[in-house]
Amino acid sequence: MTRALPILTVLLAIVVIWYAAAIGMNTPWQNTLNTRAGLTDLPFTDFALQTWAQDRPLLPAPHQVIGEIWNATVALELTSKRSLAYHGWITLSSTLLGFVLGTALGVALAVIIVHNEAANRSLMPWIIASQTIPILAIAPMVVVGLGSIGITGTVPRALISMYLSFFPVVVGMVKGLRSPEAIQLDLMRTYDASPWQTFWKLRWPAAMPMLFASMKVGIAISLVGAVVSELSNAAGGGLGVRLLTGSYNGQTIQIWAALFIAAALAAVLVMLVGAAERLVNARMGVRA
Amino acid sequence: MSVQTTPGDAVVAANNLGLTFPTNDGDVVALSDVNLTINKGEFVSFIGPSGCGKTTFLRTIADLEQPTSGTLTINGQSPEAARRARAYGYVFQAPALYPWRTIAKNIALPLEIMGHGSAEQAERVARTMDLVNLAGFEQKYPWQLSGGMQQRASIARALAFDADLLLMDEPFGALDEIVRDHLNSELLKLWARTQKTICFVTHSIPEAVYLSTRIVVMSPRLGRVIDIIESDLPAERPLDMRETPEFLAIAARVREGLRAGHSYDEDHV
Repeated sequence: MTRALPILTVLLAIVVIWYAAAIGMNTPWQNTLNTRAGLTDLPFTDFALQTWAQDRPLLPAPHQVIGEIWNATVALELTSKRSLAYHGWITLSSTLLGFVLGTALGVALAVIIVHNEAANRSLMPWIIASQTIPILAIAPMVVVGLGSIGITGTVPRALISMYLSFFPVVVGMVKGLRSPEAIQLDLMRTYDASPWQTFWKLRWPAAMPMLFASMKVGIAISLVGAVVSELSNAAGGGLGVRLLTGSYNGQTIQIWAALFIAAALAAVLVMLVGAAERLVNARMGVRA
Repeated sequence: MSVQTTPGDAVVAANNLGLTFPTNDGDVVALSDVNLTINKGEFVSFIGPSGCGKTTFLRTIADLEQPTSGTLTINGQSPEAARRARAYGYVFQAPALYPWRTIAKNIALPLEIMGHGSAEQAERVARTMDLVNLAGFEQKYPWQLSGGMQQRASIARALAFDADLLLMDEPFGALDEIVRDHLNSELLKLWARTQKTICFVTHSIPEAVYLSTRIVVMSPRLGRVIDIIESDLPAERPLDMRETPEFLAIAARVREGLRAGHSYDEDHV
């Protein structure tokens, strides 16, 4: 209860502010509509209810978004092209594949950087440069380019996710693999341990906190990558496509519903990484 | 506890050993003209102020630093060959236990690396934990132990693979005096039982005199050996022997050596 109370208080504040903002933002259009319909001198409560029930509001009210999510998930067949569960699954599958690939690539690069001085000096600037290129510019090239040689579907989208998610993993793991103290490394040398043994018995376990921290960032931006990549191929589906078609048609409620699903997905994924971290921590005797 | 020098007995033999670290501010001389032979079964302490090169000498024996002049042999081999033959156990200033391993697993670490079977690992871990009075703490993690117990675990880890030479770099420096006294007398018992050769770095005069068969006094200037003191104290050493005249006489000579080494600095202040 002591933990729930602050969270519920903040949630309540957000909902109140949101409803208030919806009145404010939807007022001009509602005024226009009412003038056309010849409605004047409405009581404020009636007017407020009108602003919360527009078809294409500037800012949809929370209950409209939740209603749309309900209608587009539970109330629909899973295979329907309008189902958010269907589009959510498309986004989730490329997010997960991209995350796995990105984490593997990030760890592999970090291992090379930590063990090879030439790689240490030469790779990092390129890795940083890779992240300065706007992903919006790269995504269409990859998706359309791979599509032209017959590779479509999850893989091109996962590549964009990978492109974003490998970065925090490289940076975090280079730091993590270098985190053992000098005497812990000296100790390995006094045992004449092989580099392989030093890696598995010292560097890798020492890097676990950084691995999980960077995976939490990685999985969240992996989702961003998946959504951005979907914008390049509207026929492929996904939450990104729902955002795109929603904005073309002025369907703000649809946009917000897709946004909510994406945010909820990201939250669940980050929580799953956190759960895996707690599991590993328990096995490694980390002080609770 | 023989201090008689016979050539075949030499565990550590240093001849005109020198080590200079190049730094941005010019060269720093850590060791110069060190001549020393340490025989099997000896307990040799290295004492001197910070920066006198005592730790550097220990690290050079361990092949963690490379000498820049002179020769050094361990069991008649080069330091590198001795390290590859796992000729010594090293105890660092800090316990350097791996926090994700239990105490038993930490002590088993060198055994895993050296490829001992799991039955033998268990047997050696049990034996060495018993030797340092840590039986019963096998499944604890390092953070659950006091500093003194952690350092005992790190000594057990250095003993686990039965190297005949034990290199100890201020192992009790971070502990309070009561714990330190206790560990010192335990270390003497352990030395008597295991017959190992021990090189022990310290900056405590009572600790050096209490533990050693020989005390090497080092100067802060240029890493020189100022004095080598043979201790004639009996092998049996209760803690209260530190008040005896014989003990105090050796301590006085160590102090004198340290003061002689320091006088360089005071001239320049």
